[in-house]
Amino acid sequence: MGHNNLIINLTGLSFSYSADKPVLDNLSFHLHRGDRIGLVGPNGSGKTTLFHIILGLLKPYSGTVELFGRQAKEEKDFREARKKIGLLFQDPDDQLFSPTVLEDVAFGPLNLGKSPEEARDIAMKTLARLDLSGFKDRITYKLSGGEKRLVSLATVLAMDPEVLLLDEPTNGLDEETEDKITNILKKLELSYIFISHNFDFLSKTTDRIYTISKGKISSDEAMAPHSHIHIHKSGRIPHKHKS
Amino acid sequence: MIEEQFATGNSFIHSLDPRVKIIAAVLFSVIVAVSSRFLALLPALAISLFLVAMAKLPIKKVFYRLLLVNGLILFLWFVLPFTYKGQELFAIGPFIATKEGILLASQITVKSNAILLSMIALLSTTPIFSLGHAMGQLHFPDKITHLFLFTFRYIHVIYKEYRRLTNAMRVRGFAPRTNMHTYKSYAYLVGMLLVKSYDRAERIHKAMRCRGFNNKYYSLTQFSLKTEDILCLLLMLAVISGLAVLQWVITT
Repeated sequence: MGHNNLIINLTGLSFSYSADKPVLDNLSFHLHRGDRIGLVGPNGSGKTTLFHIILGLLKPYSGTVELFGRQAKEEKDFREARKKIGLLFQDPDDQLFSPTVLEDVAFGPLNLGKSPEEARDIAMKTLARLDLSGFKDRITYKLSGGEKRLVSLATVLAMDPEVLLLDEPTNGLDEETEDKITNILKKLELSYIFISHNFDFLSKTTDRIYTISKGKISSDEAMAPHSHIHIHKSGRIPHKHKS
Repeated sequence: MIEEQFATGNSFIHSLDPRVKIIAAVLFSVIVAVSSRFLALLPALAISLFLVAMAKLPIKKVFYRLLLVNGLILFLWFVLPFTYKGQELFAIGPFIATKEGILLASQITVKSNAILLSMIALLSTTPIFSLGHAMGQLHFPDKITHLFLFTFRYIHVIYKEYRRLTNAMRVRGFAPRTNMHTYKSYAYLVGMLLVKSYDRAERIHKAMRCRGFNNKYYSLTQFSLKTEDILCLLLMLAVISGLAVLQWVITT
């Protein structure tokens, strides 16, 4: 793949919250255009930290972040990149802060300099795309957990990003809402990285699954998601198999 | 949590432009707060009562809100008449009530009720978020406007967090008593809420930056001034100037 297709290029990242225990330890990672990557790892292994470093919300103490072929160091470099990289937070309550759904979805487009009319238009279209048109005047803090998640996704998609970073998008969702999100994401023609513990979801939406552990992502150990059909008792209920 | 009990309604006052209501309420409160003559204060009280009547608010709920403030004022009535120096009016045992003290207490009572009623009639008849946007459009400092909107949005989240924590305490057998354990547990609860709120504020700010937030808050809502709004504003300004005339110009 040519250099132009390299969207995220992380080299030698190290980061820690406390001196004795590094979260990321000389980590390197690349995302090319069209990559659909799943990221798994134990709790506290630095998955969310990695996302926040990519978008300049946290500063690594060593290593470089290169976004769209340009090294990002200062807040203003990241500010440009954030227009093209959408991040979905783990907790939708962190993301939804406007009074109504429509205003929250329009928040990003307004920040990008769209006029109120354009922003409203973009927000309406995005909501329609996610089958949320009826939600536009709902009060954000009164939505249910699943609704909040879908609306948060709308707020990110409304900015028309080229890359999506989703942090546990299916966490705490019922099957129906999970299917809905899965279907929406499958149709997107974007590059993305999804953090999740849900292999079922990752196998449907991603091409490769990386594991992050001991502060590193190793691409040699990339897992390829694939599915087998098998039958057993209570098989309809979501479950896991040992190895 | 905070219920906007009076925010919805179809009275004339409800339909006024929030910006007009904010200007009127602020000017009215300032004039009333600095007035000292009953000649100005009593008409002010009458005006705010009239506004509440115009807004067609449920009397009982308005009365209940007044009760909260007047509970505090009641204490003033126990203290002020007996501590303020002046002409003696009557005495209860060793305590001497002065005319000036009683006048001051009545002044404060009339003032606070007039201001409170006007706030109820003008501000609480507007949804909080419209107030916030109106503040923005009136060029209030951004920080105040944001603080106002965010406080309202996240007080619900903090309240939920508070409920979660107290429930978690209760299911582990916690019942408040008058002892060190109770005080300590409550101190932990408050501390935890503070820390969590701070963390949440950080995360929200990050989420906003990810969506291009640059310390400027744009709004979808565009208010438009109608003829009634302008007429009403002029009328309110005239009435407020009238109060100022009663306070400072007319000599008795």
